[in-house]
Amino acid sequence: MSLHNTATITWFFACKVEDVPANGGVCVKYLDEQIALFHFPRRNEWYATQNLCPHRQQMALSRGMTGTQGGEPKVACPFHKKSFSLVDGRCLSDDTECALNTYPVKIEDDRVYIGIVNGRDTETVMA
Amino acid sequence: MVGYKFCEKMIAKAAPGTVELVVFGEEPRPAYDRVHLSAFFSGKTAQDLEMAPASWYIDNNIRLHLGDPVQSIDREHKTIHSHKGFTETYDYLVMATGSAAFVPPIPGVDKKGVFIYRTIEDLELMLDYAPKATIGAVIGGGLLGLEAAKALLDLGLQKTHVIEFAPRLMPRQIDDNGSRLLQGKLETLGLQVHTSKQTTAIVGDDVITGLQFADDSILEADMLVISAGIQPRDELARLCGLEIGHRGGIVVNDQLQTTDPFIYAIGECALYNGMIYGLVAPGYEMAEVVATHILGAHKAFTGFDMSTKLKLIGVDVASFGNPFTPADQCRSIVFEDTMKGIYKRINITPDGQHLLGGILIGDADAYNMLLQTAKNKVILPPNPEDVLLGARGGQEAAGAGVLGLPDDATICSCENVSKAAICNAVIDGHETLDAVKKCTKAATCCGGCAPMVKDLITSTMKSQGKYIRNVICEHFDYSRQELFDLVKIKELRSFDTVLDHYGHGEGCEICKPTVASILASLWNEMILAKGNDTAQDSNDRYLANIQKGGTYSVVPRVPGGEITPRQLMVIAQVAEKYNLYTKITGGQRIDMFGAHVSDLPLIWEELVAAGFESGHAYGKALRTVKSCVGSTWCRFGLHDSVSFAIQIEQRYRGLRAPHKLKSAVSGCIRECAEAQSKDFGIIATEKGWNLYVCGNGGSKPQHALLLAGDVDSATCIRYIDRFLMFYIKTADPLTRTATWLNKLDGGIEYLRNVVVNDSLGIAAQLEAEMQVLVDNYKCEWKEVVDSPELRKRFSHFVNAPEEKDPTVQFEMLREQKKAANWAK
Repeated sequence: MSLHNTATITWFFACKVEDVPANGGVCVKYLDEQIALFHFPRRNEWYATQNLCPHRQQMALSRGMTGTQGGEPKVACPFHKKSFSLVDGRCLSDDTECALNTYPVKIEDDRVYIGIVNGRDTETVMA
Repeated sequence: MVGYKFCEKMIAKAAPGTVELVVFGEEPRPAYDRVHLSAFFSGKTAQDLEMAPASWYIDNNIRLHLGDPVQSIDREHKTIHSHKGFTETYDYLVMATGSAAFVPPIPGVDKKGVFIYRTIEDLELMLDYAPKATIGAVIGGGLLGLEAAKALLDLGLQKTHVIEFAPRLMPRQIDDNGSRLLQGKLETLGLQVHTSKQTTAIVGDDVITGLQFADDSILEADMLVISAGIQPRDELARLCGLEIGHRGGIVVNDQLQTTDPFIYAIGECALYNGMIYGLVAPGYEMAEVVATHILGAHKAFTGFDMSTKLKLIGVDVASFGNPFTPADQCRSIVFEDTMKGIYKRINITPDGQHLLGGILIGDADAYNMLLQTAKNKVILPPNPEDVLLGARGGQEAAGAGVLGLPDDATICSCENVSKAAICNAVIDGHETLDAVKKCTKAATCCGGCAPMVKDLITSTMKSQGKYIRNVICEHFDYSRQELFDLVKIKELRSFDTVLDHYGHGEGCEICKPTVASILASLWNEMILAKGNDTAQDSNDRYLANIQKGGTYSVVPRVPGGEITPRQLMVIAQVAEKYNLYTKITGGQRIDMFGAHVSDLPLIWEELVAAGFESGHAYGKALRTVKSCVGSTWCRFGLHDSVSFAIQIEQRYRGLRAPHKLKSAVSGCIRECAEAQSKDFGIIATEKGWNLYVCGNGGSKPQHALLLAGDVDSATCIRYIDRFLMFYIKTADPLTRTATWLNKLDGGIEYLRNVVVNDSLGIAAQLEAEMQVLVDNYKCEWKEVVDSPELRKRFSHFVNAPEEKDPTVQFEMLREQKKAANWAK
């Protein structure tokens, strides 16, 4: 089935909960995209963003260090330590840096699903 | 220094382009800091000591003639003639010719091995000569003499004698009791002090072999420094007919004018009111007066307080106000602790209202406070001894503390900066010592007021409601040292439990690696276990260095830089098989770049099978122990530096610390391994090893300092154990040993006391703690290679572990690959 410009979310299976290190991230392949997935077990929260750090265009955010700044969950890129909010993707260390795309995450039966919001991306998404 | 200061004041005060300054100097280099001359022996270069680089003079349109002393002054035509033949006319002439060392007319002062202590050239001569000498002597137990004695200690002489004509040391500054205590302290540090000794001859044929005294005794010595006072350089003034004092010095009035109103004299060549001011602060004040006067305003020199505080070979000595007020004109309070080597005396007015002066030895922390209390006539608390001993019980004494000083109190007497000026700078946003220094110039000269300036910064910020504490980050309200102790006491072993006990929130990229490093330094367990993998910095988490493009580099340990042809072949095969760029590192190892994260366990599987171990190039850990080839091959080598380097590298491999650690072992003084640029470096001597610590390259290179000389291998290792553990336990996060030492109160002397003399009584504990880490060492990569669970973490895609990152790109350069450039 092919979906165009509808505001629905397509969920795809990323990995099992146990595949993601506690308080860390992994990189999930989705078609030709790379998505960084993060688990915060202390708050029981999951976040997903693009894996590409916009600062130097490096596929690296999944290997970054997670944490909080004033309570807001964030990730710091391993290359030059630029920090990004995991809530809205904005750069916390540099106002002029591009924000990250973020993705919704849901857990069902110890399985992690990442949501692709249809219509945001121009490409056709197979469900 | 005073001449430079005059230029600086003129530049600051005069409208641009209105004055023309020409400077003639006898020495071959621009003005330098003589106050800190002995720092030259502890690794500072002539350049470090410069007041300002030659470019400063150019930038300010000052014509600078170096190595060109003025030969004559024609006062009638207001011109001068220089040695190199220049003629200049002047409106005003300022003589800042300083002083020369006074050499008493003792027979034999011209023998080889006899030095004076005045200029960098003198120091260079001493530096050349010192390796030939074993017993040093200094004539003169004054301020400069003791500085010179410190220089001889720094130069590595085994024994140094100080000979003083007067019955006590520093006769101008301290009293008999103070001198006795100081003498005792200096003797524990290896100085032999002889008072009431008059030197009558210097013995030896061509070269000095000893000194002869008036009491017919003889002292053996093969190097002598004469520091028996100063002699104003007044010969030029004498030559042109200016008035000179009976015992030398150019006579000046309170405008610092000589008998020719167009000629001024400032600094140690000037004789004001029958007195030569042999300290830098009054010289600066003179420069200020002259600059003001020449530019048409009024200011007079009215004498200057000769209070002084210095650290002599690690011992604080200070005297302030009038320390010698006769007993019938004051009351004295004396505190003496012979156990700790502390002597303090204050003189107060008979009514107990004001402080007149005093002496502090062994602990001069209160110097600035007391000096200001005396200078500003602050009313003393009801129990005046409180200012000496601090309030004991009950309320804190009124008027105590830096905040009790009036706004116009001078904090920096060298630069004449008031308390108000410093506080205002802080309020304007200059909230660090460096910023305040830049803005006010306070603490830029002798540095003695720096602690007080720091206190003012802290108290001013506090009074503005600003919170200052050296905490790790928003998640931990502790300094690294505090957290280190807490984690140790509670025996915590994972980031999560540390966060549960002492932190809040989720942590961040600052506290996570800091805690991970503390855990590794305490227990040396596998860093990827116990959930600590995600608390590691990215490089530690993947046990490799992330490089441009997202691939990793691999550095196997090559202890001491020694490698067999067979091992080289293994590296070559692995590099070819996984298409890796290879390069020799600065630390005598081989770095292989461009490895995909999923290839790392495969690469290491082959390296481990061939006997290689992790090189920890990715960690804040011991990196490499570089070595020269040493006595096994080198015709100059004294000991086998390679074997010792290997032993040391294998002992400390995997040791994690607040920052990376580098080391080297050189087989002789030619120092081919560059050990003096390392966190700890070892150089072979005839008798053993010299151990240097706290050097680094990097953005602010710093030479290592000698911690212990001529020690045997076992002692050397014991000292390194203690040194490293002490650093690991007390340094702030990401602080190299050099920066750590720079911040350490008491500097290298204090460190030497802790490590060599065990002054804190913790040496055995430090050694035991290090032994635990040594015993717990395992190669991290071997553990990963052997563990399917850990290997799983080394993939790019969690849901396609066999696929590599398709965005990684390489380009070719000189027959090898390189990372593609950063995308635009």
